[in-house]
Amino acid sequence: MVDVYLDDVFIGSVEKPREFVKTIREERRLAKLPQHLNIIFDKVFNEVYIEMSKGRARRPLIIVENGIPRLTSEKLMKLNSGEITWKELLDLGIIEYVDAAEEENCMIALYESDLTKEHTHLEVSPITILGICSSLIPYSNFGGSSRLIRGSKIQKQAIGIYSSNYLYRMDTDTSILHYSQVPVVNTFMHNIYNYKSHPAGQNVVIAMISFQGYNMQDAIILNKGSVERGFGRSSYFRPYVSEELRYSGGLTDEIVIPDKEVKGYKSEKDYRLLEQDGIVYTGANVKEDDVVIGKTSPPRFLGELEEFSIAANVRRESSTSIKQGEGGRVDNIIITENEEGNRLVQIRIRDERIPEFGDKFASRHGQKGVIGAIIPEEDVPFTARGVKPDILFSPHSIPGRMTISHLIEILAGKTGSLKGEYIDGTTFDAVPEEELRKELSKLGFRDNGTETMYNAITGEQFEAKIYIGNIYYLKLKHMVANKLHARASGRIQLLTRQPIEGRAKGGGLRIGEMEKDCFVAHGASLLLKERFDSDKTILYVCENCGMFAVHEGFKNRKYCSRCGSSVEIYPIEISYAFKLLLDELKSMLINPKLELQNRY
Amino acid sequence: MSKTLFLEYKGIIPDKILDDVREAINDKRIDNVKLKQILDDVKNAYERAKISPGEAIGTITAESFGEPGTQMTLDYFHFAGVAEMNVTLGLPRLIELFDARQSPTTPRMEIYIKNKFNKDPKKIRQIAAKIKETKLREISLEFSINLAKISVEIKLDTKKIKDVGTNFDIISKAIMQDFKGVQVLKEADTVVIKPKPTESSLREVFRIKEKVKDTIISGVKGITHVLPIKKENEFIIICAGTNLADVLKIEEVDDTRTVSNDIMEIQKVLGIESGRQAIINESLKVIEGQGLDIDIRHIMLLADVMTATGRIRGVSRGGISGEKESVLARASFETPIKHLINASLVGERDELNSVIENVILNQPVPLGTGLPQLVVKSEKKK
Repeated sequence: MVDVYLDDVFIGSVEKPREFVKTIREERRLAKLPQHLNIIFDKVFNEVYIEMSKGRARRPLIIVENGIPRLTSEKLMKLNSGEITWKELLDLGIIEYVDAAEEENCMIALYESDLTKEHTHLEVSPITILGICSSLIPYSNFGGSSRLIRGSKIQKQAIGIYSSNYLYRMDTDTSILHYSQVPVVNTFMHNIYNYKSHPAGQNVVIAMISFQGYNMQDAIILNKGSVERGFGRSSYFRPYVSEELRYSGGLTDEIVIPDKEVKGYKSEKDYRLLEQDGIVYTGANVKEDDVVIGKTSPPRFLGELEEFSIAANVRRESSTSIKQGEGGRVDNIIITENEEGNRLVQIRIRDERIPEFGDKFASRHGQKGVIGAIIPEEDVPFTARGVKPDILFSPHSIPGRMTISHLIEILAGKTGSLKGEYIDGTTFDAVPEEELRKELSKLGFRDNGTETMYNAITGEQFEAKIYIGNIYYLKLKHMVANKLHARASGRIQLLTRQPIEGRAKGGGLRIGEMEKDCFVAHGASLLLKERFDSDKTILYVCENCGMFAVHEGFKNRKYCSRCGSSVEIYPIEISYAFKLLLDELKSMLINPKLELQNRY
Repeated sequence: MSKTLFLEYKGIIPDKILDDVREAINDKRIDNVKLKQILDDVKNAYERAKISPGEAIGTITAESFGEPGTQMTLDYFHFAGVAEMNVTLGLPRLIELFDARQSPTTPRMEIYIKNKFNKDPKKIRQIAAKIKETKLREISLEFSINLAKISVEIKLDTKKIKDVGTNFDIISKAIMQDFKGVQVLKEADTVVIKPKPTESSLREVFRIKEKVKDTIISGVKGITHVLPIKKENEFIIICAGTNLADVLKIEEVDDTRTVSNDIMEIQKVLGIESGRQAIINESLKVIEGQGLDIDIRHIMLLADVMTATGRIRGVSRGGISGEKESVLARASFETPIKHLINASLVGERDELNSVIENVILNQPVPLGTGLPQLVVKSEKKK
């Protein structure tokens, strides 16, 4: 007897599990049982499981009987002409959805030619083993699985048209590629996915060549001419939001040009772009620290202050200004109300991003890299026909990663571009390499994709033949303009007096534990001290008791609050962090005393 | 003539190196001018090899271990050819060594045999069987209780007894040593154990039946597996488990070459200098096994520091790092509160003589450019 479980609940047992499972499946195919039912017989545990719960991933397969698929060519034609639908195929028991567990009981053939009598199912298409992103990679069966994974991840970071109504949206941190193109080398999935409506890359001419060392270590060199013609150009959008909050006592924020009396008034220059309503105008050219939404808030602790002072009873400045390192044009302004009924102003800033050193680009095969140089068009190597590549790609990026798909795409792209047609690069089902080579030969090119090239600086011919062709390149959303950061001096933390952390707040770059070790290992003792001077302070110490003394700067009076003013008090220079440590020790009832000594 | 020249350099070049030079030029005809040149070159080379005062050798050593350490494979197990003989290598082993753990995760010994015996594989197998710890269960076929006679009957495996090289007398002696007051008799292939006839003897029989299985009949305690292998042109025995003291007592074992991978055991049996060498050897084995290259002087420095006090201290909270002089230095490395409170209880002074304390205080570190100090002779007051 074999136990049967329905959705993990024991419901009974059967004598002959195999036959039981078989009958259930037949009845499901005859639509007597629901189609979302899956059943398996687990040989190891000798149990039957029936699954009907939600949330299982299932996929369609063609049912096979005695080595013959139930989906005949006649049915296929009917399906093509629209006489029958997919649902009818399901109801007729030609196709069924199988979950991961039932798959264990199945024998699935990848191709129709592989079918034997033992097979129970046939794959609809071998591409179904891939997901959406990975099936968008052409010739991916010629590359390693790890590169395929990387390639799929990279496609998600590519800038394109992420939404066709982007002009009406207020998304944070988005980009739109200016001249996006449909890939010359596409896959079956591009059509299904309607990639044409939202492409995320451009077709470029790529040459596999090292050039002056600027494309070492995965860097790429861009042709300045291509950049000027619009390659990789994108717009970066960022919204700035401000809301008129309501406070107790009927007070509210006000979106206006702040009055000069307002506490925290910046400067007239910062407010220059605001119109009468306190909001910038569309099309204004804004730079960092410019106010885009002027706003004032009621004073804090209103009641208390009124009694003591008149001056403090003014409104506070709470405008929204452009973040550090950003800028651009005001693209769109939306003035609405939010769910609480407060007035809400949203301003979208658009910034044109021209490719620059450090911007990240990638092909669809996990071959990512940053721009190492943008060289003038006249210095870009050219072929005998006068073609100048848009990108110079380092050949050292190929052997270690074995991305053959990348190479084949270049060949296919070249053939497709020259013939003026799209090349199908669908995984397992692509135009074969031999055919591409034949076509190239016919077009009068070397069949291996290489061409004679010339050094444009010296005019000399390169000894090697250079592999050159067309490939679909993606601009990824990581741009230096969003990441670049440095500071000399700036805001510090209140507690430790050390610089604050983070780019957004204009923080410092940390000299960490290991960096410190480097200074030590070099014996650069005084430099080490200087680098840690960010929180140095001068404190006064009583020589008598070893505790911190008081120094009244304006009276130039020094005294120890314990020993009085008749003791010797000396200034010392230490890090504020150490002063904090001593204070914390005192709070732990440990009394640290400083014994002073002249060291130098 | 040349003797005076050598005397001239005494104290400038260490005696050991001078001796080496003397030996090297011993039978060659070299005149004094050339000899002086040689000695000058040696002197220069020696001076160059010296490390200048204030060089942060500790930090450099730490970095020299730390950087290649990032390239090491984690959890790397190496099979030494035969199953059941996998050894911890890689980073885990290095950490284990520098922490000076009491016993390695995979204790291992390489037993060399004296020249007389190490060519004959048969003899080696015999020695190996002698070394291997054998328990009674391994040479027995069946353990049973005879309720009528109130005794334990053990059927022995005669073939295995021969392999191990024991006999009934040894077995009975071993049993009698473990269980006081029992009677051991021999009946053909069977050993009969009779406890003292008392009231509780029946319960005693059951107890003996289980316990007697683990009685060690022969071999060295702790050696769980042995594996004779051929190394170059001799046979050696590799074994899992270590017991250096007892193995070295065995007559056929070559006590000059036999090694264990347990640094603590080596230190206990052979002394601290051997312990230092063991640390160097074992670390080198790991580093070379990973295909890395760390200068041996770094390893030597580390081994020196670990063994300088006469016992092996690990580079950890309980070892070197926990025994630093400075309170602040100790507190900056693990369990700060413990160190601060203990220091305050006894009123410890921190002389601020080392690196970390001065970094905390933002003072120049007494290293490199921070080390030299200016001494000014002031004019005497009249």
